[in-house]
Amino acid sequence: MMQDLVVYLVFIGYAVAVLLLFGTVLTWVERKQAAIMSDRIGANRAYVRIPFTQIKLVWLGLFHGLADGIKMMLKEDWRPNSYDRFAYALAPWVVFTPVLLVFAVIPFGGTLVPAKLLQSVPSLSAWFGDRSYPMQIARVDAGLLVVFAFGGLTIIGTMLAGWSSSNKFSLLGALRAGSQMISYELIMGLTVLGLILIYGTVDMNAIVQQQSGVLLGFLPAWGIFLQPFAAVLFLTAAIAENKRIPFDLPEAESELIAGYYTEYSAMKMGLFMFAEFIEIAIIGALFTTLFLGGYNLPFMTDEGFVLPGNHVVPIGHAAIVVIQLVVFLAKMLLMSSFQILVRWTLPRFRWDQLLRFAWKFMFPLALANLTVTAVVVWALQA
Amino acid sequence: MKPYARKQYWNKPTMSWWERAYLPEILRGLSITGGVFLTNMWHWMTFRKGALTTYYPEETRPDYAAGNRGKHVLTQRPDGRPQCIACNMCATVCPAKVIEIEAAFDPDDPAHPKYPARFEIDYSRCIFCGLCVEACPEDAIRMVKEVPDLPTYDRQQLWLSLPELLNWNPQRDVAKPYPAKAGTESTAKAGTENTPKGGTDTLKGPA
Repeated sequence: MMQDLVVYLVFIGYAVAVLLLFGTVLTWVERKQAAIMSDRIGANRAYVRIPFTQIKLVWLGLFHGLADGIKMMLKEDWRPNSYDRFAYALAPWVVFTPVLLVFAVIPFGGTLVPAKLLQSVPSLSAWFGDRSYPMQIARVDAGLLVVFAFGGLTIIGTMLAGWSSSNKFSLLGALRAGSQMISYELIMGLTVLGLILIYGTVDMNAIVQQQSGVLLGFLPAWGIFLQPFAAVLFLTAAIAENKRIPFDLPEAESELIAGYYTEYSAMKMGLFMFAEFIEIAIIGALFTTLFLGGYNLPFMTDEGFVLPGNHVVPIGHAAIVVIQLVVFLAKMLLMSSFQILVRWTLPRFRWDQLLRFAWKFMFPLALANLTVTAVVVWALQA
Repeated sequence: MKPYARKQYWNKPTMSWWERAYLPEILRGLSITGGVFLTNMWHWMTFRKGALTTYYPEETRPDYAAGNRGKHVLTQRPDGRPQCIACNMCATVCPAKVIEIEAAFDPDDPAHPKYPARFEIDYSRCIFCGLCVEACPEDAIRMVKEVPDLPTYDRQQLWLSLPELLNWNPQRDVAKPYPAKAGTESTAKAGTENTPKGGTDTLKGPA
């Protein structure tokens, strides 16, 4: 049992480190990518000076995230004269915590056999024995359902924040956030249903393992090739879930100042922002897991590559683990970058357009996709 | 009460079915911005510049127009003294009233007895209209195409005085070779005595 504890503590440490790192680095990526997209240089003024020298480390402006963090920590934590201080203080955490928790069920690597990794240290290797662990914090059979359960919790946080701020803008923002997130969560669920029909499971690890096969003899059996419509709809709905442009009506600056977190300052506001950036990474991770073959390269399994035509290229365990971790992070970063590209390309919706888009355009499409998938799966099984 | 009817305009925008399908147009937009991103990123990664903006003030644009009205320079006599006769015409015509001149008397130079002991321009208010250049009867003030190096933490630093304004290098002026051509005696003399004769104490301003 001690072995399990050690391994899972390492997993949890890795997951938290990855999420917090993504949260801070994505603020930098967002600034720089937006700048490069619009022919600018981007944030590059924050620096760390090596003490007692005049050497200033700029590092392409990476320290701007640090400067933001320090600023938010040191700012006055101003509170509105709210009748519900408790809810006001609780709301940022209700938004922030579920976002972190979602990552618990996402597999960020294949099967880990510690004994094989630690062959050079025989005592440790013997201690671990022949245990193997899927690289995932919580191995839940209902993985996808847990994702949606926790994803739904953030609505409560935004509603709490808007309600307890004693501010009309906050309340309006919270109402918008509530209706928007409920609408788009429904679409997210419907699009994923098609995948569940195909894979026959909601266990995230099983979903990833099924994607290492081959389609039609040459395509990797990724979700995006099986369900291209669902992939587009899912990504759209997920961005709407995250309340980013073009779906940022709950916090539309020109209309609602900052929406439901108008009255928040200092690190409480920082938590909302941080949650938003971590959610970008989470959406990237979810999309990777469901549609892009998860932690595997095309045609790759836990044993090695199985190329079309049954050419097997076995790889050592340590190399497999490293490749899987790196590939997962790379795919996550790529999807985060794509979301930032969307955010700096599209203009914002109008409120009625937003809901009409959800209920009159995406909802029927998701239903149609589900119907077609169900019919095809039934026909193939019969 | 009549139900509200939205006003109809004659040039109401219409969309084709292709545009209304939404996704293709979104993809087109994403490909444009993504293409710009990839192009610029490729430039940066191959150690070229991928931006139109400059890393100001460390880097300035070399491509100012030849007629750009940048910073002011005070032209100099062959002996290096300012050509200005402190007539105050530029200060009078200046619409922003940024030029301050304090005249002084120089008995040693009977041809130009009046000279500026103090000549200051407040760049925090200057609108770079060039009227001072137009007004000057002596061709004593000009504007070069380079912009002044102004970014500062202190408003007082935006007052530029004689030492900054007298940095015109006549040898490099192609429009008006002045002083005389290289090789003559006066050039060598100007090179050595490149400080104005009078009012040296006022020239010791902030560098």
